[in-house]
Amino acid sequence: MGLEYFIARTGHRLVALKDVNLQIRSGEFVSIVGPSGCGKTTFLNAVDGLLKISKGQMLLDGQLITGPGKDRGMVFQSASLLPWRTVRGNILYGLELQGRNKSEAKERVDGLIRLVGLAGFENSFPSQLSGGMQQRVNLARALAVDPEILLLDEPFAALDAQTREFMQEELLKVWNATRKTALFITHQISEAIYLSDRVIVFSARPGMVKESIEIDIPRPRKLSVKRTPRFLEYEDHLWASIVEEVRKQGMLPDEIKSGPSIRPSDG
Amino acid sequence: MAQELQLIEGDALELGTRKQGWLAAAYKDHEGKLIGLLAIVVVGALWEYVGTSGIMNPMFTSAPSRIYDAGAKLFAEGSIWKDISVSTWEFVLGFALSIVVGIPVGLLLAWYRRLNYAFDPFVTILYATPRIALLPLLIIWFGIGINSKIAVIFLGAVFPILMNTFAGVRTLDDALLKAARSFGANDRQIFLTIALPGSVPFILTGLRLGVGRALIGVVVGELYAATAGIGHLISIFGSTFQTDKVFVGVALIALWGMILMRVLQIIEERFDAWRPERSS
Repeated sequence: MGLEYFIARTGHRLVALKDVNLQIRSGEFVSIVGPSGCGKTTFLNAVDGLLKISKGQMLLDGQLITGPGKDRGMVFQSASLLPWRTVRGNILYGLELQGRNKSEAKERVDGLIRLVGLAGFENSFPSQLSGGMQQRVNLARALAVDPEILLLDEPFAALDAQTREFMQEELLKVWNATRKTALFITHQISEAIYLSDRVIVFSARPGMVKESIEIDIPRPRKLSVKRTPRFLEYEDHLWASIVEEVRKQGMLPDEIKSGPSIRPSDG
Repeated sequence: MAQELQLIEGDALELGTRKQGWLAAAYKDHEGKLIGLLAIVVVGALWEYVGTSGIMNPMFTSAPSRIYDAGAKLFAEGSIWKDISVSTWEFVLGFALSIVVGIPVGLLLAWYRRLNYAFDPFVTILYATPRIALLPLLIIWFGIGINSKIAVIFLGAVFPILMNTFAGVRTLDDALLKAARSFGANDRQIFLTIALPGSVPFILTGLRLGVGRALIGVVVGELYAATAGIGHLISIFGSTFQTDKVFVGVALIALWGMILMRVLQIIEERFDAWRPERSS
């Protein structure tokens, strides 16, 4: 599968992204990291078709993206669940909207509920769930429509550090079972490395692909892989790459400019 | 210098208050209500004392026991039932009309921007005008019977219902909209699956506020010109200085309002989890 993007969105005379061209293999897990405000989320929203692009165009497999489509499923940063629907009702929501609320779909939903570890909570309401569990519902809802590409917009950003780690492991498990092509946006470098086959670094605004790094760590990966020398090497390299970008914007305090060995604290 | 923090074994920290006797615990649980009840009793006793001891003329202040006696007498005579039923009927019809008009119009105005632009001036004018000022007109149009009361109740109750429904549709959670759009939802689906259920808690608040307005409508409408009803009774008893009986009417209205408000409040609390979180 190939992804071709050409986008130059000029809202308020501001080019958010420029000449982004990604080739993503089918079934590949790709993360995008970059300095804050580099247009990562804009990019993902454009891929999902949620943005009206004022100038430029975005192509997916040679097809112009004009709006949301059944081939893409989005996992949002906030769980954005309907508070008056149960877990099952929320997971079914996307299917219902697309008019695919058939009995086989319901069986698939049952399978998904087990897969994301929500068995026993089918009839709970979102307000009764923890943040981590709400994000499981969010993930299952996106998977329920059986998209070709799964788009994930910092889905763990609002979780506490420990839950976040466990959810990363869970996500890999789910991804492993479904093998969807996944495009993951995050601020956290270690999260990107741990999850991905490839990590893409966006440059400072306007967002462009600065670097694309294959993560050569065998799967399945345990969380402990994060403390291996090889993992840390990747982390150092990516952090240095991002610091360089931030420095271009001239927004770094002096003490951080001093060297690439300083890593961000989690979160 | 090192500091030592020590937790002596067998003396684990306990959170919360110490154990209490069951009486003290029962008191703690109901403290608010008990104090409220006590306050009522104290004020009632004072009122009784003032009304019956001769300090004040009871025709001026009345007294709880006198109101009770007057009430018992009125109910024994039986004609008060007719007034209660007239007032109830006015309330039910007027309030039902407010719901049937207020909710759909609120939904429509919130959903169709241009419709709102056209109707907004009228809503604003009518909402700002004390509806009571329209009473003479309503009497001219609908007579002094039940119809003019229904009209004044409707004009009082329809606006809180309409405006809260409107607000409910307008305060949709952006995150929910985004999620729905991402699954390809069209406007009709967004209306049915997000706007409509999402505005339920707001509509309930509108109904609760509407009850208050409707009761004002009942009383004021009947005070002004009527042939029957509790407000009509209050008016007659008032102009003939039968203070005890006036209080009976007032107590009936108060009781009625409290029961309805409480019922709606309970329903409202059930739907509280539905209210969208503003910034997410």
